[in-house]
Amino acid sequence: MQFVQNFPFFCILLTLMGAVASSVMNSRMARRTTLFLILADLAMNVSVMIYTLQTGDSYAYKMGHFPAPWGNEIRVGVLETVSLTVFLLVILFAFLGGMRKSEKEIEPTKYNIYCILTDLVMLSLIALVYTNDMFTAFVFIEINTLAAAGLVMMRQGGRALVAGVRYMMMNLLGSSLFLIGCVILYTITGHLLMVNIRESVAALAATGQYHVPLTVVVSLISVGLAMKCALFPFDKWLPAAYSNSTPTGSAMLSSIVSKGYIFLLIKVYVRVIGFDVIRSLGICDVLFIFGAIGMVAGSVNATRAKTTRMMVAYSSVAQIGYIFAALGLGSEMGVMCALWHTLAHSATKSMLFISAHTLDHASGDTHLRKDLRGAFYRSPLAAAAFTLGAVNLVGVPLLSVFITKVTMAQAAIQIGGRHTVIALCALAISTLLNAKYFLGTTMQMYIPDHEHPERNAKVKINFYAALGLIGFIALNLTLSFFAQGIFGALLDGLARFA
Amino acid sequence: MLSKLLTNYEETVAVILFCIGFSTMLLNKNLLKKIIGMDIMDTAVYLFLASQGYIKGRTVPIVVDGIQSVEAYINPIPAGLVLTGIVVSVSVSALMLALCIRLYYRYNTLNLDEIIALAGKEEV
Repeated sequence: MQFVQNFPFFCILLTLMGAVASSVMNSRMARRTTLFLILADLAMNVSVMIYTLQTGDSYAYKMGHFPAPWGNEIRVGVLETVSLTVFLLVILFAFLGGMRKSEKEIEPTKYNIYCILTDLVMLSLIALVYTNDMFTAFVFIEINTLAAAGLVMMRQGGRALVAGVRYMMMNLLGSSLFLIGCVILYTITGHLLMVNIRESVAALAATGQYHVPLTVVVSLISVGLAMKCALFPFDKWLPAAYSNSTPTGSAMLSSIVSKGYIFLLIKVYVRVIGFDVIRSLGICDVLFIFGAIGMVAGSVNATRAKTTRMMVAYSSVAQIGYIFAALGLGSEMGVMCALWHTLAHSATKSMLFISAHTLDHASGDTHLRKDLRGAFYRSPLAAAAFTLGAVNLVGVPLLSVFITKVTMAQAAIQIGGRHTVIALCALAISTLLNAKYFLGTTMQMYIPDHEHPERNAKVKINFYAALGLIGFIALNLTLSFFAQGIFGALLDGLARFA
Repeated sequence: MLSKLLTNYEETVAVILFCIGFSTMLLNKNLLKKIIGMDIMDTAVYLFLASQGYIKGRTVPIVVDGIQSVEAYINPIPAGLVLTGIVVSVSVSALMLALCIRLYYRYNTLNLDEIIALAGKEEV
């Protein structure tokens, strides 16, 4: 075994130790520790990504010198490392971009707790991406839920506390459904390790045994994770949670927390149960219908939103709908589309949240969309980042989300029948609504405020916010202009994933 | 049907408890009752899981009197998983209860609908 193969395990261990150590640190040290952890995890993950891309192979890493289920196991391949690199870059830029504003919004004595929660979200994401064991996945889902709820409530206001409670309730219901799904899966297969479950499920599917329990298992896991991702109609908790959090909190909740669950769901479908079995159980059609409704319903609600952050939050419901509708198409291209959109949306939505918070601050700490008039003149960099995110989500050609929309349309046309009609209609309506609310908000940023000329003066933004926004712009452009290479690597990784 | 339910009485009880917990958590407006529902739901899952590891006529997996045959002991994996699950549940319950206290101090009620209405009147 080469030394680099230990890095995923080191990432998990280092982040866990860093989070524990931060509990006895002051704010400044905790912030530095979190930054160090993000950079160290990113460096180690990039090393493993280069290794997996060069060898083109995946490997299982046993922990505890015992085979599963006594020991534990992680699986490292191209798909995991490429996805995690994008996620870690998002965490880095989100943390930098919202650092100063978060410091102002959080009580100084509690800032180290905020850093610990950020570390724990990162830890659980790394573990969810790498884990090869269903029960470990449940444990890290719960850690993710607790840490994310803490991020929602960190601003301490009444709205933030209520948003946190609603977030917890819905997410705990989702976790319980996932857990009972795992337990039934264990009772019918006798395994918790993903590879072993896959073998048992294939044997059961071939003989037609346990068809009903398998359907129940897949339904429970799908509904549980859909609740946690805020798929329509389980999306009522999302807008308040995303819009009442700190800038970094909003960005991480929308781009990291929900995406970890989606990655796990794709893993369960492709690696644990097998997509052929999933198709035969008829779950895909349900996901497709709710995904398509979510694409339209989220966009309609975003159009009605009065505040910028609410608009961006409701837009997340629509984008989650895209991912589930693509998964529900039940083809390899559909899964690939879902996977690509998970990464593209992660990079775009966090940029939108950080830029929206910066623009709101530059416009006199407003929250209303109408107050963003002339915001470009107050904060050109944040306006540029918001514009890039907006046109990307609308689906302008050459950008990353355009690839999602084209791939989804192609996947739907390949399947034919009602799927094609529903998918194309949902895509068209959602894109039109996206254009209405995003471009409407963006265009008014470039119109100077003649009634209050003093509001057109440039407002200085802090160095870290600028660094975060520049990082996000670079990441989104990289995902757009190098899409072919990244898409190819993911496709290759997905083929080896099963 | 009834005989199957009676034979697998642990699983039957676990499913009934899960439904009670799920409906309590979903339908009750009182935050404390919601937390109790959540705990009942988790306990039901652990009962279900623990019953899967139990094999009638066998004993706990601790080697005594030199008996090393696996045929003598129950499956220890579900018990280990239940212990891990309990630790997770305790953490979740503790956080939720702490949150309840914060909300009660702020709004003088534990009714979630009233809390949401009062929070909605506060400034953003």
